[in-house]
Amino acid sequence: MDKNINITLKVWRQKGPKEKGAFETYKLNDVSQGSSFLEMLDVLNEQLIREGKEPVAFDHDCREGICGMCSLYINGHPHGPDSAVTTCQLHMRKFSDGATITVEPWRSAGFPVIRDLMVDRYAYDKIIQAGGFVSVNTGGVPDANAIPISKKDADLAMDAAACIGCGACAAACKNGSAMLFISAKVSQLALLPQGRTEASRRVKAMIAKMDELGFGNCTNTRSCEVECPKEVSISNIARLNREFIVAKLQD
Amino acid sequence: MWLLNSSIGRKLIMSLSGIFLILFLLFHASMNVAAVFSEEAYNAICGFLGANWYAVAGTLVLAAGFMIHIVYAIWLTLQNRRARGRKRYAVNVRPKGVEWASQNMFVLGLIVLCFLGLHFTQFWYKMMFAELTGHHEVELGGAIVSAHDGAAFIRYYFSNIIVVALYLVWYAALWFHLTHGFWSALQTVGWNNTVWLKRWQVIANIFATLICAAFAFVTVFFYLESIL
Amino acid sequence: MTPINSKTPKGPLAEKWKNYKDHQKLVNPANKRRLDIIVVGTGLAGASAAASLAEMGFNVLNFCIQDSPRRAHSIAAQGGINAAKNYQNDGDSVYRLFYDTIKGGDYRAREANVYRLAEVSNSIIDQCVAQGVPFAREYGGLLDNRSFGGAQVSRTFYARGQTGQQLLLGAYSALSRQIGLGKVKLYKRHEMVDVVKVDGRARGIIARNLTSGRLERFAAHAVVVATGGYVNTFFLSTNAMGSNGSAAWQCYKKGAYFANPCYVQIHPTCIPVHGEFQSKLTLMSESLRNDGRIWVPARKEDAEAIRAGKLRPTQIKEENRDYYLERRYPAFGNLVPRDVASRAAKERCDAGFGVGNTGLAVYLDFSDAINRLGRNVVEQRYGNLFQMYEKIVDENPYKTPMMIFPALHYAMGGLWVDYELMTSVPGLFAIGEANFSDHGANRLGASALMQGLADGYFVLPYTIQNYLADQIQVPRFSSDLPEFVEAEKQIQDRIDRLMKVRGKRSVDSIHKELGHIMWEHIGMARNADGLKEAVRLLGELKKEFWSNVRIPGDSADLNIELEKALRLADFIEIGELMAHDSLNREESCGGHFREEYQTPEGEALRQDDRFSYVSCWEYQGDDKDPVMLKEELDYEFVVRQQRNYKN
Repeated sequence: MDKNINITLKVWRQKGPKEKGAFETYKLNDVSQGSSFLEMLDVLNEQLIREGKEPVAFDHDCREGICGMCSLYINGHPHGPDSAVTTCQLHMRKFSDGATITVEPWRSAGFPVIRDLMVDRYAYDKIIQAGGFVSVNTGGVPDANAIPISKKDADLAMDAAACIGCGACAAACKNGSAMLFISAKVSQLALLPQGRTEASRRVKAMIAKMDELGFGNCTNTRSCEVECPKEVSISNIARLNREFIVAKLQD
Repeated sequence: MWLLNSSIGRKLIMSLSGIFLILFLLFHASMNVAAVFSEEAYNAICGFLGANWYAVAGTLVLAAGFMIHIVYAIWLTLQNRRARGRKRYAVNVRPKGVEWASQNMFVLGLIVLCFLGLHFTQFWYKMMFAELTGHHEVELGGAIVSAHDGAAFIRYYFSNIIVVALYLVWYAALWFHLTHGFWSALQTVGWNNTVWLKRWQVIANIFATLICAAFAFVTVFFYLESIL
Repeated sequence: MTPINSKTPKGPLAEKWKNYKDHQKLVNPANKRRLDIIVVGTGLAGASAAASLAEMGFNVLNFCIQDSPRRAHSIAAQGGINAAKNYQNDGDSVYRLFYDTIKGGDYRAREANVYRLAEVSNSIIDQCVAQGVPFAREYGGLLDNRSFGGAQVSRTFYARGQTGQQLLLGAYSALSRQIGLGKVKLYKRHEMVDVVKVDGRARGIIARNLTSGRLERFAAHAVVVATGGYVNTFFLSTNAMGSNGSAAWQCYKKGAYFANPCYVQIHPTCIPVHGEFQSKLTLMSESLRNDGRIWVPARKEDAEAIRAGKLRPTQIKEENRDYYLERRYPAFGNLVPRDVASRAAKERCDAGFGVGNTGLAVYLDFSDAINRLGRNVVEQRYGNLFQMYEKIVDENPYKTPMMIFPALHYAMGGLWVDYELMTSVPGLFAIGEANFSDHGANRLGASALMQGLADGYFVLPYTIQNYLADQIQVPRFSSDLPEFVEAEKQIQDRIDRLMKVRGKRSVDSIHKELGHIMWEHIGMARNADGLKEAVRLLGELKKEFWSNVRIPGDSADLNIELEKALRLADFIEIGELMAHDSLNREESCGGHFREEYQTPEGEALRQDDRFSYVSCWEYQGDDKDPVMLKEELDYEFVVRQQRNYKN
């Protein structure tokens, strides 16, 4: 049963990208275990505002685990210790009375800190802009049922497409690699006939962009898939490798 | 060239050189096991791998394989550290499902490499290298033995408990390195999916265990022989 | 009073859109390059419009408040998107989709708009499939459908429980392609704080850079607002934390009519409120009503025992359960439209049959479906929703029935637009949830995605050309024009005023109070006295806000409290307008239920003779009441009836 707990928070505070940051410690009493982690931070901010201090900045929006805006590295895990959830779906019942909770921003060269726990993940958008699409304009497309697609492929594509672009994969990776993110998009589109047509162009462009942005090289530790809130599988990375190698060999 | 300037290309080289070294290990382990059953056979192989042009060529290819694997490991590791950024997490937890070895491949590789140095000074330097420099007999623990008498080398070194212990540590590091390296290499060439991932991991564990057990068996066998 | 002209084309219903397209003015490719369009918002409507306009050759400036266009709240839509494909051979057609939508909206939408929506719905599915949206498929490889509320055919296309996500990512990828090509310039973490008019036309916006806190000016030939709805006025809703009505509200203050603000949708299947700390409500997809059965205990003593924690729902025998939707609406059963289902739940809870520790919940039970189909099938269909529920509530819905309660979800009202989706300010367009156009007084499930994408892909890119065709001679504007300077100064003054208050209360605490007032008086059931009380309370709250809010930090810097405060200032005013509109509309229709106007069985009672119009509110100034103009709704093609989901 949910009860109220007292916790100690160690939160990373950093005024700006260039400034030095440090941990601040806050005590929070009577936190309902039924509340979500972000609701707990709301309570903390309410308390800080009452004390005349600046609230902790953190990204969040939908609070139902789909927009991918929330981040936070909680007690050594992106999106906290629960599995298959984002931080906004993490509930305080995962923590016990008297716990000390350390909250850090995503740390990866690709994700510079903007303020406190907020980071800039625009690099992921840039990778999509490099090729994560099917080049069709609006209108003039065939009927939706013109090309049958096997249920298996459609389901696999959907598994990959479940990625929310939150950045947990790169944040979890000791190499700062964005391969899981890219592989999800490459897989989704490579599995569908609509995306197949420009599959090799896409994979080359996206990998080139990823390298240009300075993300690391995958060493298959699997931290990304374990921490991924949508449980995107590293079998997508294998497919990405395959697609890329074949595309390059065809050149 | 995409093999050099793309991340997957570099990873591919890492993976192919790794697979090549794994095959070499398989050969080396089989050869060692031969020594247990017949020292003559073992010495015959040693002789065959002496200062012949094909053995030297093979050694050069092997050395190249090692060098590529090592250079790329350093290169990739440096890149990855840069990609990680200068700021580190205060709390680090290895999530469930992540092998310890997978996160420590560079360190494990380094340990393997250091022992390789020891191994070289003990064996290769006094065998193939000695022959190449024109010495057909070398001094070993006060005795003069033929550079082809591999069995003598084994008997000599593996009678020393410290050397044996060091070698066993080496095999352990190698075991960890292989359990991850094996399936990771196949993942990198793209030969993987959700079903095969589990299969490869099992195969990797069996394979690494077999190779390391073979090496350890030979080492322990000769040590026991020396004290019994 | 000038009569409001909706510019609906003449002719038979099915030919209007075709006729319009055949005769509208177009802009040739060379001229498109010379025209700039601002699109505010990157949800389904905004992203699809920005991408489509850029593909055609226009220069697009696109704004979003989040860190990436992919975060827009369209992403959270779960259930599906309607289209009249009739792939299931169950008798669907464009007309039937049109009719269901008009009827579902309680005959308060514009016929021509709704017909156009139904007409282009099929193209949307084609477009999305071509983009690589992984819709659910049958084993034969063709697309699968499910049913949704308010329809007797299966016309809803879906991608697991994440249809909105997949459609948005489709539009986002099209948008990303144009950003990569340089045809769209993206401004992320930028919030529109004003629209700028030059010579009576919308010519640009002022946006606040949320990272630096600076105000920035942007000029263009036309402005498109795709900023979603305003139901966060209620504080607790299924909308994202950042969803707000401010962009639309600024348009209103610059002369765009605000239409039907009283029409907001209360979604019947949300996870019930749980405590004071709650920041938002989580929706459980309407698709769950396909297989879940809704009930409360039939005996009051059972309900009381459940509330006291002495009885578990599984212990209640079949004959002691009241499947009230099946009882009251045999023809549609659990699949009645949202407004009907929500009110029925409220009715049961008000009568003392509610469950959960607050008594404000009803059961959504899958035990029948699990027995009939097996757990596997249920898991396949709804697994992710069940998992989500369990994470939040800490109860296993495979074993214990889910608890649900209605929550604020969608705004049918919004900026008034004509047939071309242009507001009453020339050059200012509104699309998606931000406009009022297609859903009347109540939106059917799976129609929001349809409307957002219809507007963005297939309607606005045409109609905006009819406006822009006259603008090709107009050179690019400088954002240094006095109009821009003045607009920026006004915003700056407002920000300074807010920062100077230095009161005691946080923005959220005032917002929560606003939410309570709204829910209490302008919620699921409204009456004249309550609405008058709401007007009074909102007036007081406004004073409280402007005299007692506390915003730490600096205004010319990243300042989240300031962002929230600027939005809250507008929410309070939106609440006031909702109250005015609700008071004015003395009838019950769709999402607007006036207790004074109901049938003896408690169904909504429309007053077609008096209120068959769109209420268009015109801003008169901060201290004056707004003026209401009417757009009469002439039903040429459909015969209006009392909505009936019983037989």
